[in-house]
Amino acid sequence: MAKKLLIPLVVFVALVGFLFAGLFRDPREVPSPLIGKPAPAFTLAQLHDPAKTLGPTDLKGQVWLLNVWASWCVSCRDEHPLLVELGRAKIVPIVGLNYKDEPAAGLKWLAQNGDPYSVSVVDRDGRVGIDWGVYGVPETFIVDKAGAIRYKQIGPITVEALQTKILPLVRELQKS
Amino acid sequence: MSAAGRSQGSAAANAASVRAVAKRLMPLLLVVAIALSPIVLLAAEAVPTDKDPVASARAVAIADKLRCLVCQNQTILESNAELAQDLRTQIKQQIAAGKSDKEIIDYMVARYGDFVLYQPPVKTTTILLWAGPALLVGIGFLVLARTVRLRRTQPEEPALTAEEHERVERLLRGDGAKDAS
Amino acid sequence: MIPELGQFSLILALLLAALLGILPLAGAQRRVGAWMALARPLAAGQFVFIAFAFGCLTASFVANDFSVLNVATNSNSQLPLHYRIAATWGSHEGSMLLWLLMLGSWTAAVAARSRHLPDEMVARVLGVMGLVAFGFLLFVLLTSNPFERLFPPAADGRDLNPLLQDPGMVFHPPLLYMGYVGFSVAFAFAIAALIGGRLDATWARWSRPWTTLAWSFLSCGIMLGSGWAYYVLGWGGWWFWDPVENASFMPWLVGTALIHSLAVTEKRGTFKAWTVLLAICAFSLSLLGTFLVRSGVLTSVHAFATDPRRGVFILAFLALVIGGSLVLFALRAPKVGGGGRFDTISRETMLLANNVLLIAAAGSVLLGTLYPLFLDALDLGKISVGPPYFDTVFVPLMTPLVFLMGVGPLARWKRSPLPELWQQLRWALAVSVVTALVLPFIAGTWKPRVSFGLLLAFWIVASTVVNLLERGRGVRGGVLVQLTRQPRSYWGMIVAHLGIAVFIVGVTMVKGYEIERDVRMAVGDTITVNGFTLRFDGTTDVRGPNYRAMRGSFDVSRNGAPFTTLHPEKRLYNAGGQSMTDAAIRKMLTGDLYVSLGEPVEGDAWSVRVYHKPFVTWIWAGFLLMAIGGLLALSDRRYRVASRRDEAVLPGGATAGN
Repeated sequence: MAKKLLIPLVVFVALVGFLFAGLFRDPREVPSPLIGKPAPAFTLAQLHDPAKTLGPTDLKGQVWLLNVWASWCVSCRDEHPLLVELGRAKIVPIVGLNYKDEPAAGLKWLAQNGDPYSVSVVDRDGRVGIDWGVYGVPETFIVDKAGAIRYKQIGPITVEALQTKILPLVRELQKS
Repeated sequence: MSAAGRSQGSAAANAASVRAVAKRLMPLLLVVAIALSPIVLLAAEAVPTDKDPVASARAVAIADKLRCLVCQNQTILESNAELAQDLRTQIKQQIAAGKSDKEIIDYMVARYGDFVLYQPPVKTTTILLWAGPALLVGIGFLVLARTVRLRRTQPEEPALTAEEHERVERLLRGDGAKDAS
Repeated sequence: MIPELGQFSLILALLLAALLGILPLAGAQRRVGAWMALARPLAAGQFVFIAFAFGCLTASFVANDFSVLNVATNSNSQLPLHYRIAATWGSHEGSMLLWLLMLGSWTAAVAARSRHLPDEMVARVLGVMGLVAFGFLLFVLLTSNPFERLFPPAADGRDLNPLLQDPGMVFHPPLLYMGYVGFSVAFAFAIAALIGGRLDATWARWSRPWTTLAWSFLSCGIMLGSGWAYYVLGWGGWWFWDPVENASFMPWLVGTALIHSLAVTEKRGTFKAWTVLLAICAFSLSLLGTFLVRSGVLTSVHAFATDPRRGVFILAFLALVIGGSLVLFALRAPKVGGGGRFDTISRETMLLANNVLLIAAAGSVLLGTLYPLFLDALDLGKISVGPPYFDTVFVPLMTPLVFLMGVGPLARWKRSPLPELWQQLRWALAVSVVTALVLPFIAGTWKPRVSFGLLLAFWIVASTVVNLLERGRGVRGGVLVQLTRQPRSYWGMIVAHLGIAVFIVGVTMVKGYEIERDVRMAVGDTITVNGFTLRFDGTTDVRGPNYRAMRGSFDVSRNGAPFTTLHPEKRLYNAGGQSMTDAAIRKMLTGDLYVSLGEPVEGDAWSVRVYHKPFVTWIWAGFLLMAIGGLLALSDRRYRVASRRDEAVLPGGATAGN
């Protein structure tokens, strides 16, 4: 049997391998190119106290989470109980980015659903969101002590993601 | 004929009264027309939206090169998603700020990765993608050349024996009894 | 009761498919006539039970039986009857049942129209098709049961996606699936030949009409899909290189290569191994397409709801069927291969080159579609591949192909002297070049791309005319008389090739000269596009059978004279609350005027899209011509064996044709 007749089969087997791998990936997910890079700077007014501002420079030296949320976002409700619990456990400070929202609506939503954030800042026009590569809500970033983004959670935080990815990484970063 | 004559007569009378009414109404109509004319002026030539190719060609060209991340099979130019609108505004602002096309696209790629490019970039990882078609054609023609060379020197196929010929005929006829061709 | 009957019917079909897949094949190997004879009845029985199950599902939709999960998810009591029927295949489960219906139909058709085939051939072909049916029936029963019940039953359904509430939904999927699934016949013939260890010109003759028919259906299906997208999506696009579109285009490309390869095998007995491999590839691509659309591996607007479990099943099935076929190919191809000799410049070589290009094109489309997946699976980053890639890559591949289309039909078998070809074609070349250079000026501005596209199209036309004239040069009678004597397969080729020219003209003119305006219009505003002035006269509220809509009114005049009124709609469907644009299109011979409503904006105005699309209908007319050409070719008398008895023997011989 001539070897070249096996070529179609070999190509096909390779193809099946890739397709199999593809079954467990999400083609819609856009990974962040900012992982490992310094968190984009911003200075935004705080939700509860518009006279004050906050930015990543204020949080240098500690590990923190940035959670992008909005009162109009339906999936945010799915992850919010987890965030509230996380906030209560005081493992890591969570900063909320109120994305393309009315501050009044945002405040009302937090009052109704609980406020896990040490601070929430307001990104009215979504400009800061664009800088952080936000393309959907909710999204969550882990920023390390040096101010670099180390992880991005696309979509609501699940219990699985929290236990297998987020908390272990936070603990590891806090140790260094 | 008297009915026609009567209707003719009443028609003339009607015409006269209409003219009288019109004379009095005309000034009023004129005033109303002048008052309402700005509305006519308001109905104007349609204004381009920010997706119109006629408006700002540069913004359109750049937006057409970027993929919308929400409606992932459309460009930022085509998509109606909010993020697409925000990014179109962002592009316009950057053009106004004097950035070059390359700078604006690099800005987007820095934040969203290569996925945001509607046309895949040419990098080491995508060389196979871009060279692939040419490679396929090249390999195909190599095989073709070899086959042709092989076939050209091949001895002529032996003709069918009479028995084989008869068998072919039977098969083509479908076991029919008639002799066809 | 009816859904349960349907499910039971599927189980029976599964059993019959299993028997069909085992007994006839074993019978053919061991020469047990009784087992081989079971093939036809089993195929008929399988079809009856699948059709019955399909009928049960359709009946559930028509009767608004919302205790069936599938009906509750995809239909609604307000949905008009014909859409309730179409909703049968509007979901993953339903469309799989449609797949099965088509497979059952083709199998039964082959069983019915194969009297002239030897028994082992019939047994093997039907057996292979039975195996494929078994796999799909198992898949449906285990992972995608359309007859699942919903307790308590829903009060009303969630409605069929408004985008699918369209005549396109009634025709596009059935025709497309007829095509996709039809390649299983060519596949079965190829496997049967490999198993039997014998493959010759007669095999090609049997296989060819089935393949051409499937190809014609697929052409129609693709054409309908494109036309439907054009008017329903609201932005006048007609091809997006979307993964699901590519999934239907790849089998079409390979199918085109296959029908040409079959022609060579039938005429000259060569290319046998290639033809078999192409037959396997064409059906493999159909199966691959089925996988891609339902597994969640790729993003697409067309994709069905995804479930990794289903994806694994289909992938395993794919691997088994295709992998098995390719192993069989590797083992048996040398036995069936071989063939006559031919020169470097001959029709054989040109058809071989034609196939190389078509396969390279299909391969490129596959490469582009799957490349993001490759990179992601290897953790090499995430990119996206879209129309810019495919457009860039496809045209250079098609150009030499179009050139060959002109030369190939004129070339002789075995050896075709170049000087002769040049003599025949030089005027055709001159005419096409001149016409291509001049016409764009008449159309408006001269654009190099338009000129190039027209060159390709006119080259086909001119060389076809040369072909007709050459053919018509006969011993007696004039050109026309001689031409009427040509077999239908010849005319099929002529019509199909002209169809490609028509298609190219459509694409070239639309891409070269289309005008798009996206504007904000208040009542009374006007816009002028290509000599047409449109005045927006506001919107009115209308009520449809299951929707409410804002119906826009546009008064169109041309050079001052009233021309027409256009009424695009923005619909809001009652059941699901989904909205949809319904574009208003005025079709003219030289192009379309296309208006669609965007969104309402402040100031009581609307964002409106107005397009002028020159010659856009030629795109679909071209594909339709190709399909007609295919149908003409397969109705050639040499395939209608039964009627041979009635035919007088023709002078010149029926086989002296192309």
